[in-house]
Amino acid sequence: MSATLAGNRSTAQHILFVLRGNLVTTIAAALVTLLVIVAILAPWLAPYDPIASDVPAALQPPSALHWAGTDQLGRDILSRILLAARLDLFIAVSAVGLSFVVGAVVGGFCGYRGGRLDRWVGRIVDVLMAFPLFVLAMALVAALGNRMENIIIATAVINLPFYTRFARAEVNVRRNSGWVEAARACGESHMMVVLRFLLPNVLPAMAVQISLNLGWAILNAAGLSFIGLGVQAPTPEWGIMVAEGARFITTGKWWLVAFPGLALMLTVLGFNLLGDGLRDILDPRMRT
Amino acid sequence: MTAPLLQVEDLKVDFSTRNGIVRALHGIGFTLNAGETLGIVGESGSGKSVTSLAVMRLLDRAGRIAGGRVLFQGRDITRAAPGDLRSLRGAAMSMIFQNPRAALNPIRTVAQQIMDVLQAHRRISAAEARRQALDLLKAVRIRDPERRMSAYPNELSGGMCQRVMIAMAIACEPALLIADEPTTGLDVTTQKVVMDLLAGLTADRDMAVILITHDLGLAARYCGAIAVMEQGRIVEQGPTETLFRAAQHPYTRRLIAASPTRRSTLADLAQGAPPPEPVVRPPPPPGTGPLLDVQNLVKLYSGTRAVDDVSFTIAAGGSLGLVGESGSGKTTLSRMICRLIDADGGDVVFQGESIGHIPARDFHKAPQRRDVQIVFQDPTDSLNPRFTAFDSIAHPLRRLEGMRDGAALTARVTEAAARAGLEPALLGRFPHQLSGGQKARVGIARAVAPRPKLLLLDEPTAALDVSIQAVILQLLDRLRREDDLALLFVSHDLNVVRMMCEQMVVLQAGKVVEAGPSERVFEAPGAAYTRALLEAIPHFEPGAAASERVHA
Repeated sequence: MSATLAGNRSTAQHILFVLRGNLVTTIAAALVTLLVIVAILAPWLAPYDPIASDVPAALQPPSALHWAGTDQLGRDILSRILLAARLDLFIAVSAVGLSFVVGAVVGGFCGYRGGRLDRWVGRIVDVLMAFPLFVLAMALVAALGNRMENIIIATAVINLPFYTRFARAEVNVRRNSGWVEAARACGESHMMVVLRFLLPNVLPAMAVQISLNLGWAILNAAGLSFIGLGVQAPTPEWGIMVAEGARFITTGKWWLVAFPGLALMLTVLGFNLLGDGLRDILDPRMRT
Repeated sequence: MTAPLLQVEDLKVDFSTRNGIVRALHGIGFTLNAGETLGIVGESGSGKSVTSLAVMRLLDRAGRIAGGRVLFQGRDITRAAPGDLRSLRGAAMSMIFQNPRAALNPIRTVAQQIMDVLQAHRRISAAEARRQALDLLKAVRIRDPERRMSAYPNELSGGMCQRVMIAMAIACEPALLIADEPTTGLDVTTQKVVMDLLAGLTADRDMAVILITHDLGLAARYCGAIAVMEQGRIVEQGPTETLFRAAQHPYTRRLIAASPTRRSTLADLAQGAPPPEPVVRPPPPPGTGPLLDVQNLVKLYSGTRAVDDVSFTIAAGGSLGLVGESGSGKTTLSRMICRLIDADGGDVVFQGESIGHIPARDFHKAPQRRDVQIVFQDPTDSLNPRFTAFDSIAHPLRRLEGMRDGAALTARVTEAAARAGLEPALLGRFPHQLSGGQKARVGIARAVAPRPKLLLLDEPTAALDVSIQAVILQLLDRLRREDDLALLFVSHDLNVVRMMCEQMVVLQAGKVVEAGPSERVFEAPGAAYTRALLEAIPHFEPGAAASERVHA
């Protein structure tokens, strides 16, 4: 009650409040923050050149010199994991950002306008969803060419249906709200009502989706690389590292697969767990 | 003398919330004998619904009975085992909920739902249950009961859904029936039919009824005794006649005063408020047209005429009430005048200029946008959850007057808020941090901020408690007097319209059935429909309640 009387907390205070009340969100936020810092500082953090091979030092187990061991070409696995974080995160954030922006705007207008536009977009989305999404991404990358832009586009396309449907449904239930009519009476055009009023109100719910999706998109990018579509060797990437390391797992060289796999798992876990906390942070109603 | 059917003694209920434990009931007590009807009245948050839920032991997990006893047929319900409670609920006591449509299962037919209740408590065959269900539907006087048996809730009107709820509630002939705001959301004429039916059925079966309502008129008409609740306490209880004739507690008096009656004026509603001074306005110079001229408006919805050839005028500074039940087209009409939706025929002329032909999608650019503003029905629903009160009020100024953030905008927002009686300290709050009355004030401040000439009010007090309604109505009346603001007041409440408006238009199924000065329509209604509407309002006259009560 005293908080209400004192007015609204600042954003930082509010984030702290949400984190304090929720251990899981705190851990997830720590994981994701760590990941982002690592991704940004990777070139300076990495102890070795991630691409330089050193064949005499190949396939060494973890040691004080090479914390995560070395791979078949003697490259330092830790350095490669750190730099891969940068690449994978970049792919995931761009892809999810792209599908979020396009999906929210398209879905928002469909949900608001309804009618023929809504029906057509709905059917196209249905067709997209009917494909096995990973296979669709493979086909897109194969058709467009094995480049990073295309991996981003393919990941964005397969995520698009979720955002479109989500935004459509969330906007649809709000389009007859009194405050939408009130905004119109205050002189807003239909377009501005969708962009400035409805979409921001949908954002907290979509934040959960974004966070879950980031984890999924990283997995997807790694998956594409794993099967040889996507980022090409020798570029450090978690998927390639797992794919290359898999050949050595039968001979007991576990560290080639285990460390990139662990990085992948922790990242996906962090994003998935962050989702709920993000909704609490973004929803002004939680700021009591 | 036998023990009473229900005896509540010193009942205390706690709720655990994010801010610690909150006591919702502070030790309340009442008794109810078989065949009696008790009205529990109070405003939102007074604990009347919590009382009924506690008696049924239906409190959700956050709620806990912290003390006291509830003796039902001599057994203490607060200590009953869950299994015993289940057999008690529905069979010995049952409940009718506020929103009948939400309380019915949308994917099961009417017959199935009534049969479920019967078969849960009685060992009878499906065929027998079906026969009894049909009898019940006949008892609640649903038209065409055989056909309604296989209907789904969405195929029924609100009134019919409530009849089905009543049928389910009385299916096992319970000794006690709790009706929690059973007619909220129903039209007055439907309300009368449903309540008369309920009163008749319970009288025939000698059931005791607890009627929970915010409407004093309804309680006065249907209850033998009334308990008035305020903030988790029963502040006063007694036989209806005594209570209305000689209310003891100041809260009861305030509540009675705030409830609009057939003869009350705005000044009566809030005790102690000085009567508004009459405003002497210079007569308009001859030759001035009306501010608003609605000409033969028509709106079609999939072939039916939702608004059918409606015409009226409002003078500058005048006030007109648009009255009708749900489906009468009054909301559609107000949206067309506000140019939020397009008409299918006719015209809206504002200050001599046709605005009806500007498409609604382009009207935000029209100069008249700021002159025609609207206050919406539900104060909660009409505020953007992501806007603070300040942003909501500043919105029309930013959009319609192109004002930028700064001292001028702050001054205009603060001024609008002050005129709507909103404290400046509240401007930084989000809607969920404001009470219903405060939200209503934000909605009004937003509408008057651009200094409009015509203000449309779409049931502006329907979602508010009577004491807040009284204050808001006086506020609106003052704004009209001070700013020469014309009001178009859309409402189902004839008493409110009579107090607020000089002129009145009665709509039925999209058509104007009667129009004229409010006093005349009220005193000598011309149309049969207007008379039916007037009769259906559950009136009470302080001091003469007994004369009107229906003795069950």
